[in-house]
Amino acid sequence: MNDINRSRRDFLRTGGALALGASLPISLVELAFAESSQNFTFAYISDAHIQHIKGNRFVRNWDMGLQRAVAEVNLLTPKPDFVMFGGDLAQLGSKEELDHGAEIMSALKHDVRYVMGEHDYYLDLGAYWEQLFGPQYYSFDHKGVHFIVLNSIRTYDDWTFKRWPTAEQRMLEMAGLDNPNGSPFMVGEEQRKWLKEDLAKVTKTTPLVVFSHSPLQKIYKGWNFWTEDAEQIQALLKAYKKVSVIYGHVHQIQYNQIGNISFNSVMATAWPWPYPQAYAQAEQYLPKLTVPMNRADPFFERDATGWQFINVANGNVDLNFTLYSNKDRVVRFDKAKKQPQDVEYQVDKARIDPQSHY
Amino acid sequence: MSTFDFIGKGLLALSLMVTVNTVSADEFTPEDQQRWQQQFMDSVKQGRELWTSPTLGTNGVACAQCHPNAANTHPETYPKFQKQIGKVIPLWEMINWCLRNPLEGVPLAADDPKMIAIQAYVTYERRGVKLEPGKH
Ligand SMILES: [Fe+2]
Ligand SMILES: [Fe+2]
Repeated sequence: MNDINRSRRDFLRTGGALALGASLPISLVELAFAESSQNFTFAYISDAHIQHIKGNRFVRNWDMGLQRAVAEVNLLTPKPDFVMFGGDLAQLGSKEELDHGAEIMSALKHDVRYVMGEHDYYLDLGAYWEQLFGPQYYSFDHKGVHFIVLNSIRTYDDWTFKRWPTAEQRMLEMAGLDNPNGSPFMVGEEQRKWLKEDLAKVTKTTPLVVFSHSPLQKIYKGWNFWTEDAEQIQALLKAYKKVSVIYGHVHQIQYNQIGNISFNSVMATAWPWPYPQAYAQAEQYLPKLTVPMNRADPFFERDATGWQFINVANGNVDLNFTLYSNKDRVVRFDKAKKQPQDVEYQVDKARIDPQSHY
Repeated sequence: MSTFDFIGKGLLALSLMVTVNTVSADEFTPEDQQRWQQQFMDSVKQGRELWTSPTLGTNGVACAQCHPNAANTHPETYPKFQKQIGKVIPLWEMINWCLRNPLEGVPLAADDPKMIAIQAYVTYERRGVKLEPGKH
């Protein structure tokens, strides 16, 4: 068994060393690696949207979200093996924003790997981001799991290279989630070819974990909860026994199972987004499996935001959502049903009113 | 002037008006309707511009950043009891709450054309949804 015991006492023991520790409302987590030496955790922080105002001023609200996630991840015991950042570190891709975000992230006592978000990309197509964080797509192996990072927020070349008079305008057009001038996200041919070659070296029984910014499944095109070549990516992953896709961008809890592939989204540290079903004029395809996050209470600045740590149990991923103003949520891979499920709220009867969105 | 005289003169004036105005007030043409609809849609358009504007507040944050297509604003539920304010409020007061807080800006008067445009936009995005005043 791979059990997670939430222990207030352990939290205080660890947190007590830090002045702010005792006041943070997280229950610290103790992981029992009873059976498999291959089980491990990593933390996942995403969608910080650090936003430059001018000079040395940044939007305080978004700074606070990322600072809090960083402080709390540093309190995890035992220490996670590494930290992922899921994209949208910046709001408009500027050096000021990426530098300021990197500065806040530098307080983490862990190795951090980064995923590209559209808010990081469309000003200079990732040039400065690459200087700070490395290549836009890559893979690595850790304790028997093959990890793949894709830049899934590229789009048609016409839109990227021919449509906009300035890079700044291109960034602004893509930054508006509901902007009809935007363009659908895609991984694209170059990375699909690379992915195919990368996977050729991996045995079919090796667990795969794929990190992308956009969903790699089609939920709602109007807000780019969408990846244009999702089916082609899914086809490349089809031959593997255990595949998990973890994505940001949607600023809300989503999960799904398509064939052999489990999909899980992560929360944002900046602000939550409505579920597409809340837009009365749109057709959308939120996976039936998903029990939504609690509706946000805007009067509490950090409500419906948070971060997560992810337990890799024998190659499947369990997401533990650390939510600032709501009860924490756990979405765990159910081995019998072969799909992710919420530990507490999955059945209809167990759902609570704040989880109904309209 | 006696009360009787006043009523008499009033009736006379009224009958004169009826003979002068041959078109009664509730007749309107498709062109009229089109014009009025256009007036409304101009306000919706102005509202959408304000909704996505980084200069409505002071910190560059726009309404659309948290509310794409004005989703999760629920105009059909107002006026309603807003527990955090502790009383029943109309939509525009909640808009002002957002202006002051996430946007770090200055609230608008209820009859400010900008406030009216914002409400026109938010309500337009919610067209077709049934009224549910008071719903949380
Ligand atoms: Fe984002
Ligand atoms: Fe994004």
